Order: sequence, then C-alpha cells, then structure tokens
Amino acid sequence: MAKRGDVVINIEKCKGCEVCIAACPHEVLAMSKEVNTKGYHYSVKVNSNCVGCANCAIVCPDAVITVYREK
Amino acid sequence: MSENLTKPENQVYKKTDVLTDKVMHYCPGCGHGTAHRMLAEVIDELGVQEETIGVAPVGCSVLAYYYFDVDMQEAAHGRATAVATGIKRVFPEKYVFTYQGDGDLAAIGTAETIHACNRGENILIVFINNGIYGMTGGQMAPTTLPGMKSSTSPRGREVETMGNPLKITEMVATLPGTHFVTRQAVHTPANVRKTKRALKKALEYQKENKGTCFVEIVSNCPSGWKMTPVQSNKWMEENMFPFYPLGDIKVPQ
Amino acid sequence: MKELRLMKGNEALAEAAIRAGTDAYFGYPITPQSEIIEYLMHENPVDRTGMVVLQAESEIAAINMVYGAAACGKKAMTSSSSPGISLKQEGLSYIAGAELPCLVANIVRGGPGLGTIQPSQSDYFQAVKGGGHGDYKLIVLAPATVQETVDFVKLGYELAFKYRNPVMILSDGIIGQMMEKVELFEQMPRENKDYDWATTGKKPGKDSVIVTSLQLKSEDQEKVNLRLQEKYREIEKNEVMYETYDCEDAEYLFAAFGSCARITRKAMEMARKKGIKVGLVRPISLYPFPTDAIYELGSKVKGILSVEMNAGQMVEDVKLAVNGKTKVEHFGRFGGVIPSPEEILNALETKIIGG
Repeated sequence: MAKRGDVVINIEKCKGCEVCIAACPHEVLAMSKEVNTKGYHYSVKVNSNCVGCANCAIVCPDAVITVYREK
Repeated sequence: MSENLTKPENQVYKKTDVLTDKVMHYCPGCGHGTAHRMLAEVIDELGVQEETIGVAPVGCSVLAYYYFDVDMQEAAHGRATAVATGIKRVFPEKYVFTYQGDGDLAAIGTAETIHACNRGENILIVFINNGIYGMTGGQMAPTTLPGMKSSTSPRGREVETMGNPLKITEMVATLPGTHFVTRQAVHTPANVRKTKRALKKALEYQKENKGTCFVEIVSNCPSGWKMTPVQSNKWMEENMFPFYPLGDIKVPQ
Repeated sequence: MKELRLMKGNEALAEAAIRAGTDAYFGYPITPQSEIIEYLMHENPVDRTGMVVLQAESEIAAINMVYGAAACGKKAMTSSSSPGISLKQEGLSYIAGAELPCLVANIVRGGPGLGTIQPSQSDYFQAVKGGGHGDYKLIVLAPATVQETVDFVKLGYELAFKYRNPVMILSDGIIGQMMEKVELFEQMPRENKDYDWATTGKKPGKDSVIVTSLQLKSEDQEKVNLRLQEKYREIEKNEVMYETYDCEDAEYLFAAFGSCARITRKAMEMARKKGIKVGLVRPISLYPFPTDAIYELGSKVKGILSVEMNAGQMVEDVKLAVNGKTKVEHFGRFGGVIPSPEEILNALETKIIGG
C-alpha cells in the first residue's frame, strides 16, 4: 500500500491556474468555490488520497504547495 | 485523516530559499515561475547562492531579480549575454546566468546571443520560448509558429511576409563555443524534473569552464495565447513541440 | 615611476588605462580611435596587471559588457568614435540610470551619419546634454593635449567612482592621432574593492544586490530622478574645470575647448600683435560647464566668439552663461575641416569687433 501524504497550500499566493490539478495522479485537488484576497479561486484538497508524490508542487508556477509524506 | 502528517520530518517538498517570498507577477499558469524555481533549486542544491550573479532581461521576466535571492543585474533589452560577459570576464570564478525570453534573446539580442555563444563565454543562458511577446501584450515573436495568431499577426504568421520562426537553439548548437545545448519544458512533473537536471548539468559544466551552456525551455503564455493554463499546456504539446522538439541538441563528448 | 614618452594620443590613452588600474576594457574598432584597442591587444595587459581586454561584436555589446563589469564594482571602460558612440547611448543611459561608474572615450569625427573620419567637435551636444533617453548627465572632460588625455583617464575614474556616474573623455581625431611628449603616471594597482552597491555575490544575512534602472511606480522613478538631479548639482558645484589665457585686460573673449582651443590660442597671439586685446576661456569640464566663470568673464568684455569644430553647439551654453550680458557669436568649420588661426581672427574682427 502506498504511503500516505498531505499537501499544504498557501492559498493567498495561489492564482488558481489548475496546473496542479492536472498533474495530480490521484485527483486529490480541486478549485475552491471561495476566492482569496486577490480574487483567485485556489487549489484545495478534496480527499485523503494524497500519496505525497509532490507532482502538484513540482509543476506549481507559484511555489505555493508544500508536500509531506509519512516515513 | 487520523494522523497529522504535516510535520517537519515528513516534509518532502517545499519552496527553496533561493526563491524569495515575493508573489510573482506572472499570470496564472505561466511557466516562468516553474522555470525560476528549478534554477533556484539547482543554485540551492549546488550551494552556490553566494557565488552566483544573474542577469535579468527585458520582457515578462524583467523583474526576475525580485524572485531569485541572488545578486542580479537588469540588462537593456537583448543585451543580457553582453552584460553577463562583462561580469564573467571580471569574475571568472562566479556562476553567471542570463534568463531571457524569445524576443530578448532571439530578436533584438540575436547578435549578443550568438557572439557570446561563439566566444564560448562560460555562462548559463536560460532561454524561455513561448512564441510570443507576453509583456507588451501578445505581439509576434521571432519564434511565433507559422500561422500562429498574435496581435501583430492577427491573421496568423504569414511566413512569406513576416519571415520564419527562428530556431536559434539549433543555431547556437552549431557554434564551437557552446558546450551543452538542450531544449526542455516545465509543464509536467516529468518535464520539470528533466529541466532541473539540465540546469544542474549546465552549472556544473560552468564550474569546469567548458563553454556556454544553453538551456531552452519551451513554455506557455496563457494570456497571450488566450487560453486557460491547462489548455495552453496541451496546445504547446500539440503545436510547439513538433516545431521545437524537446531533448538534448548538443551534449558534451 | 613617472615616465616621459613621445606618444600618439590614442596609444597614450590606452597606456593610461592600464596604468590607472582598469579592470576591463571592451571595445570595437572604428577610425580614428582603433589604436586604443590595438595598443591594448599588443600590450596584453593581462600579463601586466590582469586587466581584461575584449573586442566585442559591436559597440552596443561593448558598452553593455562595461555595464556588467561596472556593476561588479570594477573599473571598466570603452572607447569609440562618433557613430560608435551613438550606438552606445542606450547603454550609457542604463549605466547612468543604474548609477554605475565607468569611463568612455569619444575620439570625435565629423558627422552626421557615417560622416568623415576627420576630426570634429560635433558630438558636443550629445556628450553634455545626456545623449540617450531620460534625464541624465555624463561628466564630460575635454582634453586639449595628449598629456591631458592621459591625466583625464585617472581623473575620470576618480570622478566616476566618487559620483557613481559615467564619465566621458570627449577628445577628437586631432588629439587621438597626433604625437606629443607625455609624462605617464606610475602604475596604479587594480583595486579589489567590494562595494555594497556591486553584485559580487550575495552576502549571508544581507539582502541580495540588485542593479537596475527600472522602477515600476512613477513615484519611485521620480525619486530616482530627484536623487540624480541632486547628484548633478553636487557635480556642478564641485567639479567645474576651465582655463583662461590673457583675460585680465581683455576687451574680447574667445571660448573654445579641446584641440580647437589650441588653434584659437594662435589666433589670439595674432590678434594681440595687431593690438586687439582678446583673451581665451577654455572649458575643460564641458559638463559641468563653467557657467559662472563665463558669466564673470563675459560681463567684462564687449563680445565673445565661441570657436568650435561644429555648426554651433557650445555657443548655446556660452549664451546661457552670459545670459544676454554681452554679445556672443559662433565661428566654426565642420565636417572634418579644421579652422585656421587666420580665419578665426577674421571671424573675431567681422562678427564681434566689426559686427
């Protein structure tokens, strides 16, 4: 079984480009309904399928995602 | 989730400190941010932040010096490789890079680019090619594809009157001064990782005084292309990559 | 140690560049100043001092290489002649805007366009009024001899670093090409100073150094301009240089700079023999211009003739200086033609005394 992972998203720096959503192999991420103070929808975690592969963070142009994975 | 995983010991990816905390001015989904981060990660991993001097161009990445936490100079439009030559010649032991878009590097700065490469200046040239002038509002670039629309080729680039897109990366690969020439992309995790490996090699070669290293990154321009970021990445794969194929063009023997 | 030599102006300038501890010279050949880079390449100063000499692909590249090296806190210079200096204007504007020190020599030839390879002073406006885009000034030094050419290399760097501003030696094809006795100053060491404004690599715990002439907010750009203007007022206060000849009893005055001042001195001698009491003021710093001195001198004479190898450029600054106090006229030959003392004297008699 894959190790469990988690992501922390800096929602104020997120511009809602959705590139992370396309890059996630486990459909963990989606766009928020709310907007941040800049008016962007932002990336949010919608389930606990994250395996900590970091693909989302690696393609994020604004470096807003920090990734964790259990040891 | 039963257990909280977000503990320092579990951290597997975070923004490098060689990128500042400033919010980048780039449009949502623009590849510049990812390209910046890869170069910053390489500088971080090689431990050369204090020995690196960068040169920013004129174009969308004109403010790159706000984001790279290294000493940087802002060059006049197209002159980045000349400026970098000036730096490298007085500081041969430093790591010197330019970061330039297609208009800066392959139109107004063609002479400076080619001659820096031909002299084999020991610098890293990072070339972002998205086939359009983003900053000035989506005009035709030297690398705009045939038939591709822009605000100065509104019916699509007609090569009969507007000329052909310039494959400057293939051109510089023919010059004896270049040591490592490659074309990469930053739109998928696999491509980002390859780009990072290329940038790392390039800086390692610089330490060995091997000559000019030239890393082209084919990128998107969602605003200029008038697409969503995800659409623009798909369009890039379908249209840009056939004309600008990814991969190493010149590798050290 | 100091050394006496017979040298061509351009070669003396190149030798002075080595002795002044220049870190890097970037140039591109153009007549009548190619001897500068030729001398440097022959002399191979990398062996003498470690100085870098590079022939660039264009004047544009050369001035931008100067920008890169200057922004590292190094003594960087370039040289060219008029058409090449036009190409450098963009870079000079950026250097002035980013407040970097550097030295540029213009061995002026006749223009406009490709013009002629013969000497001229027709780049006066370009040199003293800025030259490129935006509100900026170069410090401009005009040598009249090979000796001054040499001395102004040293002085030029001192002023460039004192004010973090580009300095131009505005010479011409006469001084560049002629041979004169010259006393060379002793070899100075290349400095290896780590200026806090220079990109030398980020220091731990300190902000990175950014060298730029860009401010996105107009209020910020105005602040930059105000700082520049304040600097220029300081320069105007401190760095004015000029010489006067026989002005004590003068009823008339010549104003001339550089090589033209030497020809004018001969005209002055001839005038004095005829009983015409004429003096000469020779601005040495063209920017800052000796405005106050010329006002004082001009107040005491009946008229001033500005003698120039151009169609009338410095004459405008002379007129501004005297501010209507006295009559000011211009005499010039241009397009590479050098005026004779006889025609200068004739111009004094017809335009000032008889006019």
